[in-house]
Amino acid sequence: MSANSPLSTKKPRLVVVGNGMVGHHFVEQIIEKGGHENFHITVFGEEPHLAYDRVHLSEYFTGKGAADLAMTDGTLYDDNGVQYFTNSLVTEIDRDNKQLLLQSGDSVSYDKLVLATGSYPFVPPIPGHKRDNTFVYRTLEDLDDIRDCAKQVSKGTVVGGGLLGLEAANALKNLGLETSVVEFAPRLMPVQLDEKGGSVLKEMIEGLDVTVYTDTATQEIVDGESSFHRMNFADGTHLETDLILFSAGIRPQDALAKQSGLEMGERGGITINNNCQTSDENVYAIGECALWNNSIYGLVAPGYTMAKAAAGHLLGDESISFTGADMSTKLKLLGCDVGSIGDAHAKSQGCKVFVYQDEIQQSYRKMVVSEDGQKLLGAVLVGDNSFYDTLLQYYLNAMDLPEQPQSLILPAMDGAPAALGADALPATASICSCHNVTKQDISDAVANGAMSVGDVKGITKAATGCGGCAALLKNVVDNELLSLGVEVSTDICEHFAFTRQDLYNIIKIEEIKSFAELLEKHGKGHGCEICKPAVGSILASVWNEYVLKKEHIVLQDTNDRFLGNMQKDGTYSIVPRIPGGEITPEKLIVLGEVAKEYKLYTKITGGQRIDLFGATLPQLPEIWTKLVNAGFETGQAYGKSLRTVKSCVGSTWCRFGVDDSMTMAVDLENRYKGLRSPHKIKFAVSGCTRECAEAQSKDIGVIATEGGWNLYVCGNGGMKPRHGDLFATDLDRETLIKYIDRVLMFYTKTADRLQRTSVWMDGLEGGLEYLQEVVIEDKLGMCSELDAAMDYVVDTFQCEWKTTLEDPEALKTFRQFVNYDGEDENVVFVEERDQIRPATEEEKQNLIAKVG
Amino acid sequence: MTMQWKLVCKQSDLVKGAGVAAMVNGQQVALFYVPEAESQIFAISNWDPFGKANVLSRGLVAHLQGEWTVASPLYKQHFVLSSGKCLEDDVTIPSWQAKLEGENVYIAES
Ligand code: SRM
Ligand SMILES: Cc1cc2nc3c(=O)[nH]c(=O)nc-3n(C[C@H](O)[C@H](O)[C@H](O)COP(=O)(O)OP(=O)(O)OC[C@H]3O[C@@H](n4cnc5c(N)ncnc54)[C@H](O)[C@@H]3O)c2cc1C
Ligand code: SF4
Ligand code: FES
Repeated sequence: MSANSPLSTKKPRLVVVGNGMVGHHFVEQIIEKGGHENFHITVFGEEPHLAYDRVHLSEYFTGKGAADLAMTDGTLYDDNGVQYFTNSLVTEIDRDNKQLLLQSGDSVSYDKLVLATGSYPFVPPIPGHKRDNTFVYRTLEDLDDIRDCAKQVSKGTVVGGGLLGLEAANALKNLGLETSVVEFAPRLMPVQLDEKGGSVLKEMIEGLDVTVYTDTATQEIVDGESSFHRMNFADGTHLETDLILFSAGIRPQDALAKQSGLEMGERGGITINNNCQTSDENVYAIGECALWNNSIYGLVAPGYTMAKAAAGHLLGDESISFTGADMSTKLKLLGCDVGSIGDAHAKSQGCKVFVYQDEIQQSYRKMVVSEDGQKLLGAVLVGDNSFYDTLLQYYLNAMDLPEQPQSLILPAMDGAPAALGADALPATASICSCHNVTKQDISDAVANGAMSVGDVKGITKAATGCGGCAALLKNVVDNELLSLGVEVSTDICEHFAFTRQDLYNIIKIEEIKSFAELLEKHGKGHGCEICKPAVGSILASVWNEYVLKKEHIVLQDTNDRFLGNMQKDGTYSIVPRIPGGEITPEKLIVLGEVAKEYKLYTKITGGQRIDLFGATLPQLPEIWTKLVNAGFETGQAYGKSLRTVKSCVGSTWCRFGVDDSMTMAVDLENRYKGLRSPHKIKFAVSGCTRECAEAQSKDIGVIATEGGWNLYVCGNGGMKPRHGDLFATDLDRETLIKYIDRVLMFYTKTADRLQRTSVWMDGLEGGLEYLQEVVIEDKLGMCSELDAAMDYVVDTFQCEWKTTLEDPEALKTFRQFVNYDGEDENVVFVEERDQIRPATEEEKQNLIAKVG
Repeated sequence: MTMQWKLVCKQSDLVKGAGVAAMVNGQQVALFYVPEAESQIFAISNWDPFGKANVLSRGLVAHLQGEWTVASPLYKQHFVLSSGKCLEDDVTIPSWQAKLEGENVYIAES
């Protein structure tokens, strides 16, 4: 191989062993600092792939391919003269001769050596652990094997209930297996959680149909009776399962160090100093194989810092060193929020503890504070990570706790919100731990002209690792912009110094149920025609209460207050829902009869339904009584909500149809009909690519394909037409609905007042790709929240007209006059093409003249 | 000249924070019940001079720069409830004094 052949270069040779996340980051760092000019760099990796994103490995099961996870396709290496070899295991280091030996038999000399060999999964030596259908969870190949096996079997078990074990359990569940977790310790995630936290988590996970065995030791694995394996436990019980996945911890991959006599820790790991040098000054170790101050760091962020430190040191820059790292973690396991900060187990001398537990919402929070109550030493969160960012900043920056520290873990009550404002953070506060970006770095970027979160991301790389810091980053950037006097006024109106999105979050998090309550806590004055309907709409999106409930009535614009669209003369139009445009002759006749009885102007709308115009205020309840009795529901033509789902006839009738667009349209319309949103939403479903329903011009467009359904999002007709973006292809029905749920809820949560999805998408940082990440890959970890929010809206649907007709108080407001039974004499109709229409001013004058 | 008060309706006919229409001496009046405001009850004409329709009682009550107003449901011009003055244009619509006494709602006949 060519690595072996002497090269015509006088540059010293730098060899990197291991091309995982940290080894790759090291190469990036060296190149960024120009080190490829100083060294001839060679990289050896044992795996068949170049470095890939192991942190997001599980996404390999949820739609990402190896190419998506890849951290480089080799271009960076090629362009900068870095030689790399995959499938190349280094088996020996000969430190005396500065030579490496490869499994292939080749040898390579080095001047400087970097070991980035990571770790390997520990498999407890239980008799039977090498049987077929047993796996570990570390590499793409492991996942390929697991997937192949899962296709054949029905039950899977994970040995180990730690962080990785639960992630693996989630994967097994997603592969359709009946899943169990067996943990030796008395609780789940013993490292990060205390006893109570572990037991709350256990309950939540069991609620998701994963069986959890804690305090359970596996003695042997033998042939099963009903399944492939039988696991015999120490207490005499057993479990039958087809597939076993070991996730009982990781061990540093330090075989080369041992072989070559480098100094090591008692329990493994290659000892390093602050420059990441091992006991041999020419050999560095970084990442999970390295042992610093007797600690191994099993997270990627500390590894990146080590990579930076080692690269700096090699190039004579000692300003960066590795001096330990914080191991706080926040994650979502099987959809459950878990967070652990610092001294989670309250082991510090004299420390005091605050605990909050809510057995109804299933959440548990603990704060460990110093003896004097001044500093936060640690925390445990299960069930709700919205408290994490603030706690972490108090902890990392050793900030003085507020007077009532417990407010940091209590559900928001009256008074100031406990969350820490960005301006309260010190300049040294670490905002993004993956890329080691401090608040100061962000201030600098903004001072140098970065004007948005996107700009700052580009410059500092903040929020481009695990993404966990995205919300905090936005706060800090906004705060910096503000302090520079850049007007980011996104205030909704003079009464609320918030954006619609802020208000949405406040209403949701503080469980605010009325406009008055919101105004009292967060607004000023008495509200106006901007904030009232906006808040009315948010309250409806979040709590889905009856819009004409007493306290909401004054928030509704005329159309929403009277559940009809006001026309130019003060009369209303009536639009019953006709899902998908499909209507029986009987119902068509009812519409005709009602229109005839009340002499209403009748028209087919552009949205495939029927509009009846010219009803006066007192006629609305009468007419709707007839319609509701005939089985109609409100079409919400007045609301900022789902309008119509247009459809073509589809495969049922059409000779080209590939799927049943009609059923899909009706189902979608019925699912989303209750959703109140920032602006109106329109759907269409076409049965094939001929696209007769014009789905690509709708907020949500669905087109049947041979392989399922294609989903288009954020199209618009109207004033500024926009074609929808192709969001995902060949979806099955369930996934389609899941994605639509999330797109709509994310839109409802984050869009501005009266912003259609098209405009929202155009303003969305990261655009379509970002939306895909949020919805498909759960980048923000909020999918379960979105799912739950939509389920709630769907489950609590009520036809507003039906509710109104049952409410005498609400009906009272449909009187034309409170003290007089007559009609509005200014409402005058004339006939045209055999139907009524409002008279013009001139016609009115003439008519009055005639009568008078 | 002493003010003549005319009984229009009961407090229970009003909607808190919003308007209703009444017919007073052949004229359409929009009555607003705003408990937070000092005078609590306001009466202005129901006629929207821009939209040319009797709809102001169906507009949203808005508190802008210290003044209680109603936004027309048709084209959103604001009218000050105490004076009938339009905020967007040089127009003033009729307005009347109004009061709540016990259960009864009165407006002043000028
Ligand atoms: C009735 C109808 C026209 C018709 O006779 O066919 C109609 C009538 C109105 N449209 Fe429309 N639009 C109607 C289909 C459409 C369509 C076609 C469609 O849905 O396929 C569009 C373009 C598609 C789209 O929205 O992307 C459409 C784009 C608009 C817009 C521009 C929206 C935009 O994003 O640019 C407005 C103005 C707005 O919403 O701010 C609007 C606003 C209105 C309003 C609410 C204007 C108003 O404030 O009075 C009209 C209410 C009439 C009423 O009393 O019912 N209407 N409107 C159609 C009712 C459909 C239904 O069954 O619900
Ligand atoms: C499923 C999963 C989820 C995770 N989630 C998170 C998370 O949310 N947050 C987080 O911070 N961390 C997470 N981690 C841990 C994170 O992936 C590791 O901290 C990170 O990958 C460590 O990088 P590394 O380069 O040190 O080791 P690795 O990525 O393991 O890379 C080491 C590489 O060296 C190769 N190698 C070893 N020995 C040799 C040799 N002798 N010759 C040649 N090549 C060799 C190995 O094959 C491997 O490719 C997760 C890990 C897994 C498996
Ligand atoms: S196109 Fe204009 S006039 Fe016609 S219905 Fe739509 S909004 Fe009204
Ligand atoms: S903390 Fe992971 S991307 Fe910032």
